[in-house]
Amino acid sequence: MSEMTYRDAINLALKEEMRRDPSVVILGEDVALYEGSFKVTRGILAEFGEERIRDTPISENTIVGVSIGAAMGGIRPVAELMTVNFALLAMDQIINHMAKIRYMFGGQITLPMVIRAPGGGGSQLGAQHSQSLETYFMHCPGIYVVVPSTPADAKGLLKAAIRDDNPVMFLEHEGLYNSKGEVSDDPDEVITFGKAKLVREGTDVSIIAWSRMTLTALQAAEELDKEGISCEIVDLRTLTPLDTETIINSAKKTGRAVIIEECCGQAGLGGDIAYRIHHNCFETLLAPVTRVSGLNVPMPYSRKLEKLCIPQVQTVNNAVRNLIYEKAKEL
Amino acid sequence: MEKTMRSSLPDRELLSIYRKMLLCREFEEGCAEQYTKGHITGFLHLYSGQEAVAAGATAALSNEDYILSAYREHAQAIMRGADPRRVMAELFGKATGICKGKGGSMHLFDPSINFMGGYAIVGGQFPIAVGLAFAASYREEERIAACFFGDGAVNQGNFHEALNWARLWELPVLFVCENNFYGIGTELHRSSALTSIHKRTCGYDIASEKVDGMDVLAVYRAVKHAAELIRDLKRPYLIEAITYRFRGHSMADPAKYRSAAEHEMWKARDPIPAFASRLLAEHIATTAELDQIRKECIEKVAESVKFAEDSPWPEDKELWEDIYV
Repeated sequence: MSEMTYRDAINLALKEEMRRDPSVVILGEDVALYEGSFKVTRGILAEFGEERIRDTPISENTIVGVSIGAAMGGIRPVAELMTVNFALLAMDQIINHMAKIRYMFGGQITLPMVIRAPGGGGSQLGAQHSQSLETYFMHCPGIYVVVPSTPADAKGLLKAAIRDDNPVMFLEHEGLYNSKGEVSDDPDEVITFGKAKLVREGTDVSIIAWSRMTLTALQAAEELDKEGISCEIVDLRTLTPLDTETIINSAKKTGRAVIIEECCGQAGLGGDIAYRIHHNCFETLLAPVTRVSGLNVPMPYSRKLEKLCIPQVQTVNNAVRNLIYEKAKEL
Repeated sequence: MEKTMRSSLPDRELLSIYRKMLLCREFEEGCAEQYTKGHITGFLHLYSGQEAVAAGATAALSNEDYILSAYREHAQAIMRGADPRRVMAELFGKATGICKGKGGSMHLFDPSINFMGGYAIVGGQFPIAVGLAFAASYREEERIAACFFGDGAVNQGNFHEALNWARLWELPVLFVCENNFYGIGTELHRSSALTSIHKRTCGYDIASEKVDGMDVLAVYRAVKHAAELIRDLKRPYLIEAITYRFRGHSMADPAKYRSAAEHEMWKARDPIPAFASRLLAEHIATTAELDQIRKECIEKVAESVKFAEDSPWPEDKELWEDIYV
């Protein structure tokens, strides 16, 4: 094991997979010479040369479309969209093409491709650069959606994504790039999709989270622990496939569940998970399932206002206290 | 000056092209009949009138070259070698269809013959064709990606992104615009500031030409030449084939936006009788031989309809297959 940042863990996963498989090619805006807007692809041009890592025009829909064609033609492209917000320019290729090609062509082709896209709020980047769009991709069958929260998961899940024969949206959180953690040195260690991780065991309440919200949940759990409230935390790691079993088992065990999501609450994933828990654990629940979600507003720039939009440790704590003391109310 | 057809191709291949054009015409007219009977449902865009484009192009390309098209793609698939029976079964939504009945008329696909798909979002195939060309280039294969599209697609951003990208990366892409003058009911001059589509490539430093898309040999020669240039220079090329669809945009379209006089003018230039006349004039075939080809094509379509009718529906469990590997 080595300690490294989330950024370096992703970088290492890319390098290891490129060393392992010559058909892995990176493409994207400013990924090669500039080494990535977030410096995730640092050193890759130097090691692998310009055949293996290609700078592209600012043409997001075509970045995805070229990746689809390349995957059909025998390459394993790993495309970087500079931020997930730009994926909205590529939604035609992502939703209408990438997600459907295998199915509508009767299973005659596979699309082994990954789209890496950083996103999330909290850096005062304003309304157009702070979105959490994971549910957009979840709503469409045919795509895997991966949301790592730690350096170790980022490495293991990205390696799995590159080796997978299905198209994968690999959603990195910009606010996690500098976070550190222990990462496996084993180049063959991958993390299987669809297996949520119990990152903290507890007895009073289950907190369901993913990506950066897992860290918020962990901080909240530390504080609540001092009050005598024992939190269990489930980090989903992949949203499609979704590990419903682990969620349900935890909710059954604690009898209470809070879902924390950075994306807007309206039509958000939290509502879907709450349904799954209610449907499967109704008899054993001690309180209605609740959610702490991003507010339904375009992200404001001002530091003071932005903070209100994103679930904070304090809001999570309050939600958990409300549940425990049976004062749950609609958020 | 026009050369004899024999100077371009041997008799056997000329007759093969004629057979393909006729088979596709009969196939499309057979589809129209089956649509009217309710056996084919959904959207159905027929190719009748444009056969010279697909026939000339598929004859000039190598079978290793990729072909991609839009949603009016029955002919490109069949001329490349797709089994008409399985194409018809696909249109019927049967389990024996070329895509197991999951694609339909607009989504034919057969990688065994390098037919890489019919796409129903206008212009969606552009970047995919560029990606296939990139894969071929990366893997040091000699393939070209031939991307067919209509005049309606050239105002999509995808078109311009793909042209720029293909030239920038020096990729072997042949763009084939089938200019039939109408994007559904909107005539070209009402949608495009520049109606000479082939001239648009100058903004991307891509060579291009306009060709008579009702003359199969003209298309053949243009594509042959373009393919040689693409392979030699490792650069894309664009051909604008001027053509006309004899039917509406789809079976739901009575095409009232076109005048009868215009329609008649183009019908008089029907590429199939025109080609037949030349085959007879140059003594490449006799009337009896051409009649025999027609009879065989009609039989093949009847056989395809029978195959589709007799085929089973997909099983319900098929619904959940092929979403993921």
